[in-house]
Amino acid sequence: MKMVMKVEGVCCPNCADKIERKISSLNGVDSATLAYMTQKLTLEISGDPESISNDVEKIILKTVSKAKITKV
Amino acid sequence: MIDKKEAAEIIIGAVLLAAGLVIHFTGGDALTEAILLGAGCIICGYEVVMECVSNIRGGTIFDENLLMTIAVVGAFLIGEYPEALAVLLFYRVGEMFEHYAVDRSRRSIAALTDIMPDTANVIRDGKTISVSPSEVEVGEKVLIKPGDKVPIDCKVLEGASSVDTKALTGESMPRDIDAGDELFGGFINLTGPITAETLRPYGESAVSRIMKMIEDSASRKASSERFITVFARYYTPAVCLISFLVFLLPVLLLGGAVQTWLYRALTILVVSCPCALVISVPMSFFCGIGGASKLGILVKGGNFLEMLAKTETVVFDKTGTLTKGTFSVSKIHPSENMTEDQLIEMAAEAEFYSSHPISLSIKDMYGKAIDPAVVGASQNVPGRGVITEVKGSAVHIGNLKMMSAMGHNATDACCKGTKIHIATENGGYLGHIAVSDVAKADSVLAVKALKEDGIKTVMLTGDNGEVAEAIAKEVGVDEEHSDLLPQDKLSVLENIIKEGKGATVFVGDGINDAPSLARADVGIAMGGIGSDAAVEAADVVIMNDSPANVVSAIRISKRTMRIVWENIIFALAVKFVILCMAVFGYADMYLAIFGDVGVTIIAILNAARCLSVGSTVLKGSITDPDYPKTNISI
Repeated sequence: MKMVMKVEGVCCPNCADKIERKISSLNGVDSATLAYMTQKLTLEISGDPESISNDVEKIILKTVSKAKITKV
Repeated sequence: MIDKKEAAEIIIGAVLLAAGLVIHFTGGDALTEAILLGAGCIICGYEVVMECVSNIRGGTIFDENLLMTIAVVGAFLIGEYPEALAVLLFYRVGEMFEHYAVDRSRRSIAALTDIMPDTANVIRDGKTISVSPSEVEVGEKVLIKPGDKVPIDCKVLEGASSVDTKALTGESMPRDIDAGDELFGGFINLTGPITAETLRPYGESAVSRIMKMIEDSASRKASSERFITVFARYYTPAVCLISFLVFLLPVLLLGGAVQTWLYRALTILVVSCPCALVISVPMSFFCGIGGASKLGILVKGGNFLEMLAKTETVVFDKTGTLTKGTFSVSKIHPSENMTEDQLIEMAAEAEFYSSHPISLSIKDMYGKAIDPAVVGASQNVPGRGVITEVKGSAVHIGNLKMMSAMGHNATDACCKGTKIHIATENGGYLGHIAVSDVAKADSVLAVKALKEDGIKTVMLTGDNGEVAEAIAKEVGVDEEHSDLLPQDKLSVLENIIKEGKGATVFVGDGINDAPSLARADVGIAMGGIGSDAAVEAADVVIMNDSPANVVSAIRISKRTMRIVWENIIFALAVKFVILCMAVFGYADMYLAIFGDVGVTIIAILNAARCLSVGSTVLKGSITDPDYPKTNISI
């Protein structure tokens, strides 16, 4: 299943990479791509969307506290 | 968009730096200098330090914020106050430029698809009212006046006009449209008023789908993008280590002065920041894809752009891709007692009742309306042709067998394609008309250009050998395979892929091309967002009918990859040279600043060049802005 979120406020590509890797290692997440240019996070998940979405938000805010997340 | 707070901090910092430098060089009070420059550092630097701390808490220790923080604090500690502020100031300027450039390319690419109008004139209950296009429902009638933009994907009910399709397809010439033709929202209606029926809601319009394709393309990363990210991950800690060793080892082992070696170590930290690399690579791909969309070429991912640059062979499907896919009269060959015009007129009249593609092409060639009064009864002769009474006399129109049955010794080896013969009972044998599938003008241009670029061209078709050979010769492909069943096409393609070293591209337009489009290294679907199956299976979608765009796509890809590697090599080379110079004391912090901020700005400006694709357009093709002037053929 595909899940897309818009993640604004990540201005450092280093942090983007960190977020991408941490999310990729979550249970139920098959792949994660954070595109720096479009600020879009695209996930392929096989677990529960609700809980994965919560975990993803936590990871993003922990890495970049000022990030703004919108579900697409 | 420039952040006012950012700009203010930079301006204040610049003023303080200038003031501090003045005091420094006029031998003024050192304390005042320190205070002014220190204040500048705090104003320009507190955000950097805060981000550094926040990132460390978030788990990212080694990033540019850390490099800057150490460099500035270090510089301040050894009394290099102007350097400290200068480093910070230029770092902030560089960051601001980065944000501005990224923001600007995002917006200019978004603008490419921001072509839908704000209002639609919908006809409800006999009245025309102006509404937002998102409120128009499927099936509703819309009125599109000359000069208006088409507000929604619709089908023409009444009216004939020409439309400017450039915003979606990249075509320079307007398209003539008539009742029954499909229009996409974003086209500009030029000459006559049109009434059309809405086919799709606003949210599902072709423009929305194009926008989504471009957005999604940034999430399909090229391998060089992934590489650079992994590289930066190891590079930054490595650089911190080198810097630390450059400070520590000479001081401990060679008894070097702390001041000297700390300065050099800090210089290394400043120059080594990986910003240039990590920003310029994704930006190049994004701009390359954005640039391609200006020509109506939609690339679904940076990885496909990267693959296209390695193209070794392009395999074309014939009908509809290299050829127009509709029959056209290619030669009118009358016998001595007739003129071409007389022959085609008689043939068109004889084919009056028929709707066979060949009959349609003959009537099309004639071009004029046929007066039904001159056409009488028509009789179909199976396997031979048709006998129609035209102006009182019986016209026999059909194949060679029909002619020999009448006793005529006709020959038609003189013309290529499918031949239709005409004879009358009184006038005898009157001549023949050759009809064939015509190659697109752009096909010849495209294959020629591919040859120039050193790319092999192959044509696949289900048509017979004679027809295939004729088209292959006309277009100029290196290799052709004919009489192929659909599954044969796939196996021929597989062979080509296996034997090739570089990438194999397949270009097709129909539903039955989907397997080949999926199998090829890069599948290119032509003819716009029409056939869903082809669009789904393809990696690149060309919004118009021109094979010349295949060449443009490949050239854009090569150009983008060239710029990507130019940036990587330039950035790393400059940084390495300055690093070496710093170790031996030949580089000061100002040079290091250039090696970081200067290089970043240059790399970003270079990446933005990927947006300009004008040089990849083939002269004389339909996306050539000079098209009406350079292309003389019909």
